[in-house]
Amino acid sequence: MQLQQMYQEIILDHYKNPHGRGLRDPFDAESFQVNPTCGDEVTLRVHVVDDVVRDVSYDGQGCSISQASTSVLTDLVVGKPVGEAFKKMDAFVELMQGRGKVEPDEDVLEDGIAFAGVAKYPARVKCALLGWMAFKDAVARSQGAA
Amino acid sequence: MTTTAAPLDVTALRADFPILSRTVRDGKRLVYLDSGATSQRPTQVLDAEKAFLQTANAAVHRGAHQLAEEATDAYEGARQRIADFVGADFGELVFTKNATEGFNLVAYAMGNAATSGPEAARFVVGPGDEIVVTEMEHHANLVPWQQLAARTGATLKWFKLTSDGRLDLSDVDSVITPRTKVVAFTHQSNVTGVINPVDVLVAAAQKVGALTVLDACQSVPHGPVDFHALGVDFASFSGHKMLGPSGIGVLYGRRSLLEALPPFITGGSMIELVKMEGSTFAPPPQRFEAGSPMTSQAVGLGAAVDYLTVVGMERIHAHEHALTVAALEGLGSVRGVRLLGPQDAVDRGGAVPFEIEGVHPHDAGQVLDSLGIAVRVGHHCAWPLHRCLNAQSSVRATFYLYNTLDEVDALVDGVREAQKFFGVA
Repeated sequence: MQLQQMYQEIILDHYKNPHGRGLRDPFDAESFQVNPTCGDEVTLRVHVVDDVVRDVSYDGQGCSISQASTSVLTDLVVGKPVGEAFKKMDAFVELMQGRGKVEPDEDVLEDGIAFAGVAKYPARVKCALLGWMAFKDAVARSQGAA
Repeated sequence: MTTTAAPLDVTALRADFPILSRTVRDGKRLVYLDSGATSQRPTQVLDAEKAFLQTANAAVHRGAHQLAEEATDAYEGARQRIADFVGADFGELVFTKNATEGFNLVAYAMGNAATSGPEAARFVVGPGDEIVVTEMEHHANLVPWQQLAARTGATLKWFKLTSDGRLDLSDVDSVITPRTKVVAFTHQSNVTGVINPVDVLVAAAQKVGALTVLDACQSVPHGPVDFHALGVDFASFSGHKMLGPSGIGVLYGRRSLLEALPPFITGGSMIELVKMEGSTFAPPPQRFEAGSPMTSQAVGLGAAVDYLTVVGMERIHAHEHALTVAALEGLGSVRGVRLLGPQDAVDRGGAVPFEIEGVHPHDAGQVLDSLGIAVRVGHHCAWPLHRCLNAQSSVRATFYLYNTLDEVDALVDGVREAQKFFGVA
């Protein structure tokens, strides 16, 4: 059934038990992103020290896809240099915009590969990218402020 | 609503809609419950568009050759039939690209009134004036008024909602006051299906000399509507929600008002005399139809109106009412489902919004889609309404003449399926 392809167990696990959820201090910048078609929203904070992502914390309202992908994001980028975090982001964005034709690299995206099935549903791609767009924006703000 | 009309023969009607017999998502029978967003077109409409393009296509209102003549007749003939359908006169209907453009046309034309002649004085709004809307509005009949207020310095006010999602009309006179210049409100909510008491709002507006602008997008397709009888000054509706083509909307304006209203979009076709120093404008409706208009879309909408007339608007309304009652009962019996808006079908059209505890509307819609059931998820361009109902977003099923009780059952079963899939059953 197609539904299971999209909602992999990994996604449902992250949805039910999200990692890193909740807004925390200290942080250098915050970004609020909203998906105007459905009203889903996320507020995400980053704490960057010496060009390393020390913490990502977030809160929001949204579907399982948007919440799970933000949870996976925290696993992928916290503790990583900003450059490496952005490479992972680029890989995730490429996967999501690939209409299901991009083969994900598990070494880079870890749990993020579970979203390969979501990429076949164009209407849900924005959901999967909501937290990532907030991350990109928050890091840019933190660098602008530095 | 009549109880004497014979019920619809939905099986026969469905044969007119080829798209309804297709399958989706690996062979699932399509259950189309999203007509509130856009309706499907019967063969009669598709054939009318095609026949026009194959036999009479030409630019309308220009050229003197035979095709131009026939195309113009087809275009204006459609205007006449649509006018008859909504209780308006021929010259009171303006073709727009969609209903949204109709609201913008009125709002921008009012904004232009300050720099127009004395005949436009009654449309001028400025500091101290008030524009009244409601929390129930689709963004199309809200944002243009916010913008008009912002451009002119007028104040935006609004009717609030009761806890069950109806207009709170307990103190009409405190909202509509002698300062009010325009009252814009929906006939039927695109989210909850609530049908508003147009007479109450028109009477209050007329008492203070304010204009009324009605969003008729969800009423004209689904029941008998007569703009003259309603007494509204302006109304806007769209073709694609009433079995017609996309790319066409209709603005109704009371004749005396359209004659005094300054133009919104300017250019060719809408002029009377053009000199380098300035121009004068054609009488309505041409004044509001600048540029080459849509043609096969107007013809298609004329055919849609013919189709709806033959079926009968009273019967369509009664059919949708029965589906709504069944949906409210079916969904209401599922534990964990919260029906948004009124819990009953009184003064209500065929729209049923709901939430499922523990299943985000987007996820619920995905499960329903996997079963072949097409619904709308999100805020349906009515964000303030959702805030009033304490919902971030919702699942919305909407009904039309071609839907069946079996499809309502499929929806209810699908909701249970979604609960099972996300482990909240």
